[in-house]
Amino acid sequence: MRNEYQPLIFEGSREGRKGYSLPNFDTPEFSVSELIPSEYLRQESPELPELSELDIMRHYTALSNRNHGVDSGFYPLGSCTMKYNPKVNEAVCRMDGFAHLHPYQPEESTQGALELLFELQESLKEITGMDEVTLQPAAGAHGEWTGLMLIRAYHEARGDHKRTKVIVPDSAHGTNPASATIAGYETVTIKSLENGLVDIEDLKAHVGEDTAALMLTNPNTLGLFEENILEMAKIVHEAGGKLYYDGANLNAVMSKARPGDMGFDVVHLNLHKTFTGPHGGGGPGSGPVGCKADLIPYLPRPVIVKDGESYKLDFDRPESIGRVKQYYGNFGINVRAYTYIRSMGPDGLKAVTEYAVLNANYMMRRLQEHFDLPFDRHCKHEFVLSGRRQKKLGVRTLDIAKRLLDFGYHPPTIYFPLIVEEGIMVEPTETESKETLDGFCDIMIQIANEAIQNPEIVQNAPHTTVVKRLDETLAARKPVLRYVKE
Amino acid sequence: MQHRYLPMTDQDQKEMLDRIGVSSIDELFADIPESVRFKGEYNIKAAVSEPDLLAEMAAMAKKNANLKEYKSFLGAGAYDHYIPVVVDHVLSRSEFYTAYTPYQPEISQGVLQAIFEFQTMICEMTGMEVANASMYDGGTALAEAAMLSAGHTRRKQILVSRTVQPDTREILQTYARGQNLEVVEIPEQDGVTSLTQLEELMNENTACVLVQYPNFFGRIEDLAAIEKITHANKSLFVVSSNPLALGVLTPPGKFGADIVVGDAQPFGIPTSYGGPYCGFFAVTEKLMRKVPGRLVGQTVDEEGKRGFVLTLQAREQHIRRDKATSNICSNQALCALAASVSMATLGKQGVREMASQNIQKAHYARNQFKSAGFEVVYEGPGFNEFIVRLPINVDAANKRLLQKGFIGGFNLEKNYPELKNCMLVCVTEMRKKADIDTFVREMGDLHA
Repeated sequence: MRNEYQPLIFEGSREGRKGYSLPNFDTPEFSVSELIPSEYLRQESPELPELSELDIMRHYTALSNRNHGVDSGFYPLGSCTMKYNPKVNEAVCRMDGFAHLHPYQPEESTQGALELLFELQESLKEITGMDEVTLQPAAGAHGEWTGLMLIRAYHEARGDHKRTKVIVPDSAHGTNPASATIAGYETVTIKSLENGLVDIEDLKAHVGEDTAALMLTNPNTLGLFEENILEMAKIVHEAGGKLYYDGANLNAVMSKARPGDMGFDVVHLNLHKTFTGPHGGGGPGSGPVGCKADLIPYLPRPVIVKDGESYKLDFDRPESIGRVKQYYGNFGINVRAYTYIRSMGPDGLKAVTEYAVLNANYMMRRLQEHFDLPFDRHCKHEFVLSGRRQKKLGVRTLDIAKRLLDFGYHPPTIYFPLIVEEGIMVEPTETESKETLDGFCDIMIQIANEAIQNPEIVQNAPHTTVVKRLDETLAARKPVLRYVKE
Repeated sequence: MQHRYLPMTDQDQKEMLDRIGVSSIDELFADIPESVRFKGEYNIKAAVSEPDLLAEMAAMAKKNANLKEYKSFLGAGAYDHYIPVVVDHVLSRSEFYTAYTPYQPEISQGVLQAIFEFQTMICEMTGMEVANASMYDGGTALAEAAMLSAGHTRRKQILVSRTVQPDTREILQTYARGQNLEVVEIPEQDGVTSLTQLEELMNENTACVLVQYPNFFGRIEDLAAIEKITHANKSLFVVSSNPLALGVLTPPGKFGADIVVGDAQPFGIPTSYGGPYCGFFAVTEKLMRKVPGRLVGQTVDEEGKRGFVLTLQAREQHIRRDKATSNICSNQALCALAASVSMATLGKQGVREMASQNIQKAHYARNQFKSAGFEVVYEGPGFNEFIVRLPINVDAANKRLLQKGFIGGFNLEKNYPELKNCMLVCVTEMRKKADIDTFVREMGDLHA
């Protein structure tokens, strides 16, 4: 990364420069000011920049050089599954027959697209052990809300209006309680035990006839498998509630355990995580939702079905919760996910999980002498260290993360889950080689030593990035959210 | 198992298992109870090699009629526009597309600055003071605007014009059910929101009025009048806009809109069978701290150098959990990047010229239909869409047009039963005069 002042695209603009090439205009000309009433005719042009094509490429290339992606280097960001994004996926989603389809074209002209989506649904049903899948939700959080709306519709259809609460463990992703609120539910938080697993007694104490659902991630956000899952399912089901599976961590259990077999009624998947749809700098994602038979009537419209030899969009779903997104979901991401599944096959997906878990356990064991390990047992695809030993030396987890930047690594997720003091959550994924894992572990150990011998170098990190630590307080106190020409 | 995405060798595996102190990978899964253990392999198709996969997917893609080969007159919320070639070159930079959310700003200045520029461009197009980092799509953005309004005004009724895109209204209904909000539709008159009906429906419980500009029929709503009625009632005024149209039309911010949402798909994002697109969300400064989703702000580093960070995060789910302004976690960063590159490429002049081409070509097509004896429903100013009444059902017409290499317009009868045999025709800058003339002629050949 080069260390220099980076102008905004607006600052490089010069009046009269042009970067576009619109189609030759070949219809008769009309005066727009005669077609549009004057009060609706824009007086001042929007201040968009004026640049040549090369100016534009240079600008965005410079920006890309100030950004770290999976292709740039190791990205062990816990809970995010930053695996390699296969290039063939990018080639396939750009094929004209996928990239340039209109969502409202006649069904007979999109049979290939519908076939792909149907086949993806079928694969995801098999992978999750669910009876039906919708591909409409745009992302994980959107899937959570969709799943909770299904559960709400299910309870209400039975005349059961007293269920007002959704239970989540204190280790849950922040989206779980937020999605519950948007679906109209109150959140009840239950505790985790010392060993990192859900406290079954606390669950029993909170479950009741007001329970709509329990939301669970398994393995949980600590990377630990909830061994008592069947007992938990029994407790919730006997009280009339439903079990929701947050599929953020599916990479840990593919071919090893399916949510549907663990007693879950609804699941969402993050195709941008486990199934390699790239993260795109924060999106777009894709968050399909699967459910058991008794919830199928409530799935968002339309559902993609196979009718003999052809595929159809089925809108005739009178009990559906309705649409959750325009059209049929993030098709481009779904194409990538399907391409990935076809690249891996059943044995490939099994190896994915096995290697992801092997990699995580290996790193955990290499690092455990140098950092506190709050939960000392085999982990799944990720593990959580605590930086409390280093904190006593005046080096915080944030400092360790910033120091990693000096060595070209994206840091792990930090301060999550909230129940671990100074948490450092590492998820290597299966696509990283042993040399990469070793290289990262060596640097982590070096930083742990620096914390003892030379804490300032960690506390003042990063030293090599294009900007140093940024003043986030200033950003929030005096928000500057757009460029204004001086 | 050897696979090009999996670097694990037998030797690696042995060394790693030794270090962990177990003899097999299976031991690492011993915590999964026998009763829930999945045995064997998934019943999905066997893996294929890269070349075979490309052939398989190309065959699947070929079963679809794509807009590069067929001439499309279909819009209704998703549009076939000029996409500068530079857009995909920028998107293909893997430093952008293989990155996560910019939580570590020191190594994410590229995405952060690109989003800051996107926010600025959306403010410029809409005439608003603050724009967020993007939403899933225009439909969910409108639903979030309704929820913001209900929270802000502590009122429970949402008034939405029947001239708002139908799928968007359906999404609004779904979200409203979750929040126990009441959605009431404002009828239209002559293809625009009925002002008299709006006044009648307005009451002390009305949180906001949602309209679309240009509306679903391609027509221009009387924003000045709607604003007056809305604000007199202390409700929020929410406008959903096609941002390209705002290259020529007075932006909603000038008419006093409190929230402007929409989809940036017309800027550099292919129709891609409906997604991913790029919702945007812009507000007045007063509502800044109630915005859903991510915001990028400018700040300085320890040495006083300009930099960008995610900011005002106290609104968001990872901090506020069940008290967050929304459950949205991601944005559509890569699509926002596409829209930014497209807007930067068009620039101040190009955006106006492209919008103007749309208006003129649609006007030309509309005149051609009239000359050919078609009824054009609703007269008056519009953007790039208008309604034509056919002698036969629109679905039947579209089947026949498809045979001739055309993708016909949207069948309005599905959502507006009173518009029998009516097609919403869209003409963008991509349609040539010859295409328009042939399309009109083919339509003229349709008989019951």
